[in-house]
Amino acid sequence: MSILINRDTRLLVQGITGKEGTFHTRQAVAYGTKVVAGMTPGKGGTDVDGIPVFDTAAEAVARTGANASVIFVPPPFAADAITEAADAGLPLTVCITEGIPTLDMVRVKTFLEGKKTRLIGPNCPGIITPGECKIGIMPGAIHKPGPVGVVSRSGTLTYEAVAQLSSRGIGQSTCIGIGGDPIIGTQFVDALALFREDPATEGIVLIGEIGGTAEEEAGLYIRENVKVPVVAFIAGRTAPPGRRMGHAGAIISGGHGTAAEKVEALRAAGITVVDSPASIGEAMAGALATRSR
Amino acid sequence: MKIHEYQAKTLLKKFGVSVPRGEVCFNPQEAVEAAGRLGRPPYVLKAQVHAGGRGKGGGIKLARSVQEVDRLARELIGMTLVTPQTGPEGRKVRRLLVEEGLEIARELYLGVVVDRATGMPVVMASAEGGVEIEEVARRSPEKILRAPVRPGLGFRPYQARNLTLGLGLGEAGEKSMKLLLALVRAFQEMDASLAEINPLVVTRGGEVLALDAKINFDDNALFRHPEIRELRDVEEEEPLEVEASRLGLNYIKLNGNVGCMVNGAGLAMATMDLIQLAGGAPANFLDVGGGASVEQVTGAFRILLSDRNVRTVLINIFGGIMRCDVVAQGVVTAAKQMGVKAPIVVRLEGTNVEDGRRILRDSGLNFTVADGMADAAQKVVALAKEAR
Repeated sequence: MSILINRDTRLLVQGITGKEGTFHTRQAVAYGTKVVAGMTPGKGGTDVDGIPVFDTAAEAVARTGANASVIFVPPPFAADAITEAADAGLPLTVCITEGIPTLDMVRVKTFLEGKKTRLIGPNCPGIITPGECKIGIMPGAIHKPGPVGVVSRSGTLTYEAVAQLSSRGIGQSTCIGIGGDPIIGTQFVDALALFREDPATEGIVLIGEIGGTAEEEAGLYIRENVKVPVVAFIAGRTAPPGRRMGHAGAIISGGHGTAAEKVEALRAAGITVVDSPASIGEAMAGALATRSR
Repeated sequence: MKIHEYQAKTLLKKFGVSVPRGEVCFNPQEAVEAAGRLGRPPYVLKAQVHAGGRGKGGGIKLARSVQEVDRLARELIGMTLVTPQTGPEGRKVRRLLVEEGLEIARELYLGVVVDRATGMPVVMASAEGGVEIEEVARRSPEKILRAPVRPGLGFRPYQARNLTLGLGLGEAGEKSMKLLLALVRAFQEMDASLAEINPLVVTRGGEVLALDAKINFDDNALFRHPEIRELRDVEEEEPLEVEASRLGLNYIKLNGNVGCMVNGAGLAMATMDLIQLAGGAPANFLDVGGGASVEQVTGAFRILLSDRNVRTVLINIFGGIMRCDVVAQGVVTAAKQMGVKAPIVVRLEGTNVEDGRRILRDSGLNFTVADGMADAAQKVVALAKEAR
């Protein structure tokens, strides 16, 4: 089992003819993802490695039955691409694009309210259900099917955590990178709610970072709703206030959003928070062993 | 992107926010002339640096005569201003804002930011302006009035009226509402990430003005605001950070002695944390991005090593789809080009990792190849202590 995507997911790649789009389409196909369509305005009627390319998302959906999309579109046009995906009726769209203006996302987020489309990202590595379907830019080979759900605001730090799990023989049900921007489609609590409903997810790794209050909200949600063990790490305890650490969301402002506050909130919810990012796999192994005893 | 107070006031004025009359000056002569044009005293001289807390640091002075403007301008221009936000090294004052002095009856706070929780901008207002607004927010959050700026609807006149009444600005109602609406329009039309007026003042004469103004812009939206991009003052930025942004690298200078080069912001922060856990102190945050080409790695080395505090370097690359042998080759080429002497600890993970490690070992350079993140951090901190 898994959440959101599986071997039956039919993927549309928005921006398939761009350099990134083509590269990651090939990676996804090699992993086994069913890439059924691509779209780039003006390139309709062509193909990429035999994958048909359409001018619009609506046409791609109508002709191929695509039920998820991934967006590799430059930042000035990415908000439009998300809106198009929603209007085409896609239940899931994953936006990889980094650098979308915040006020564009404000409008998109409001537009998506009440729609059936779930947005993951933007500025995220994507989502993978190991052995079944990979939507995004993560390296497929480090993943392994299994019982642990992973949800993270980060990219390469997520790969690090996944690699630690896999090297200990602990596979993953689904891994989601929710993205490093201030305004994102799927929050920690949304992902946690999905994992909660998945009987195959027996443990959850949560990777947060400085900025905002999403980790604190996750802590409250977990305390009330999540029964499986959760292991968390918060990046940025050495980050100085007022400085943006790469991700647009990663900033300690007004004295809030510090790693210490987040760690405290998560620990108060009974979550195992590791101090070292090198201990994530070990801590999850311990939590699963205790549980199965 | 940050801009100076005088630039923020010029922009806000265009949108209809009232600001005190004033001029920016680059030398005492200009300051004296500006005072002459402003008319009768008093005058206020405000050091223009990209840091708050200027008053506390002695960067804001009141002059009761043109002579005093001259004396104070000579004192301020060229001084190193240390405020709670500049750090101990302070900032050199190069520009001065000379303004008319006002008779102030009340000081309030206004701010607009994007609220992540609701996913939309929010206007914040408080009758307690001038003081540390963060302190007010912590101590008595009920004293901060809030109104959402809803996409599509925007900020409505009734919301401006509610805030005005909530602030007890009934007598200056019209002026306050106009200023609020103008501020929010400025925020939205210029893609700001923060627009703050602290303090907003009511004068004895009943005027409502922005006595101070701070605007930060969303870097991701600057492509559609070329006129705002031109307001950037690189003299206010750390030179190494300016150089990094030119190369497409994300670099922030810190105070430790272990330089780090990492791909990905989250992993870069985690690496800094690990260095601290191992008893060391990171010299910087540096995200080389997903690609980590030879050019980027070379540029990253150059920037890292220009920081004289750096004793050792930790390279932590989670290759993922990138091939480790290519990354290793880039690191070796860059280190040779740069003639790097400092010990370097490298942690590589991902595709072709064995090839990558071999390339590093066979390079004849001073590399220590680490096994995992924790090992890398311990090794680099130990080396930093030896190098001292």
